[in-house]
Amino acid sequence: MKEVFEIYEKMERNNILLSFKGEVTSDLLTSILQIMENKMDDFQEEPKMKKKVYNVLVECLQNLYHHMDEVPEARRDKLKSAIFMIGKLESLYTIFTGNYILNENISGLKNRLDKVNSMNKEELKVYYKEVLNNGEMSLKGGGGLGMIDIARKTGEKIDYNFLEINDKISFFTLNIKVSQQN
Amino acid sequence: MDNYKIEGSPKTPSITFDLQGGVLEIKGRSIPENSIEFYKPLVDALDKYSTASKPATTVNVQLEYFNTSSSKCILDVFKKLESIHKGGSAVTINWHYEEDDEDMLEAGEDYQAIINVPFKMVMVNE
Repeated sequence: MKEVFEIYEKMERNNILLSFKGEVTSDLLTSILQIMENKMDDFQEEPKMKKKVYNVLVECLQNLYHHMDEVPEARRDKLKSAIFMIGKLESLYTIFTGNYILNENISGLKNRLDKVNSMNKEELKVYYKEVLNNGEMSLKGGGGLGMIDIARKTGEKIDYNFLEINDKISFFTLNIKVSQQN
Repeated sequence: MDNYKIEGSPKTPSITFDLQGGVLEIKGRSIPENSIEFYKPLVDALDKYSTASKPATTVNVQLEYFNTSSSKCILDVFKKLESIHKGGSAVTINWHYEEDDEDMLEAGEDYQAIINVPFKMVMVNE
């Protein structure tokens, strides 16, 4: 039982408002978004900030929803699971996400993230319009617009990491910060 | 032709399309996980409308939030409107944004830069 307290303390130290581990479903996201909206109302967050956090949260969580199923069917029982945590320290919101990814998909994702991270505000705007208008639409989502949108709205570089689990899969984590300044 | 109407939900906007008056309204939030499924009926309705469009078509978009998955679908809707505009119905898109919502204004300007239809940016007081 000591472990439970340790997890609690760890979350307390990191100012976690809300955390979840498991399968990310559409209904779960509806509930989480509702909870976060209520919390931000309780904090009397400014409408501008509230919108920014909400928008970024939608993109982060829907990323998990769409990409959780990229792991091969045979392993899904164990791996169709993700984690996210939302923290708040004064006016800084932090969104952590983690999900499994096939090693073969890492380089493509890494290239996209690095490309987004190399761009300034104006370049991101141009790139967003280019991807929006290129006609490609994945069934899963915005066809690569999510990360560009997150970078535009937060005004920060996207902090990411791939932790290799074995020769087939890795664990992909994102750490997104949303603050008032941007 | 029947009018087209969809009630809003926590993740999808309300849509009303008055075919006689030539007025399309999209209002609320657009953050569904599967946007293609949600927007396909509207794109189909616009296809039908394009064969019997009114001399003028007014489009009011007033979104509180939209996700990137919706953004491509909204572009598809606007592209349909662009071809209706070319086909002889004078289309105007009124893009509404709340006073402090620069991100939403910027999103409207992004569409304005891509789509060849007159846009009006309309500020809404909260």
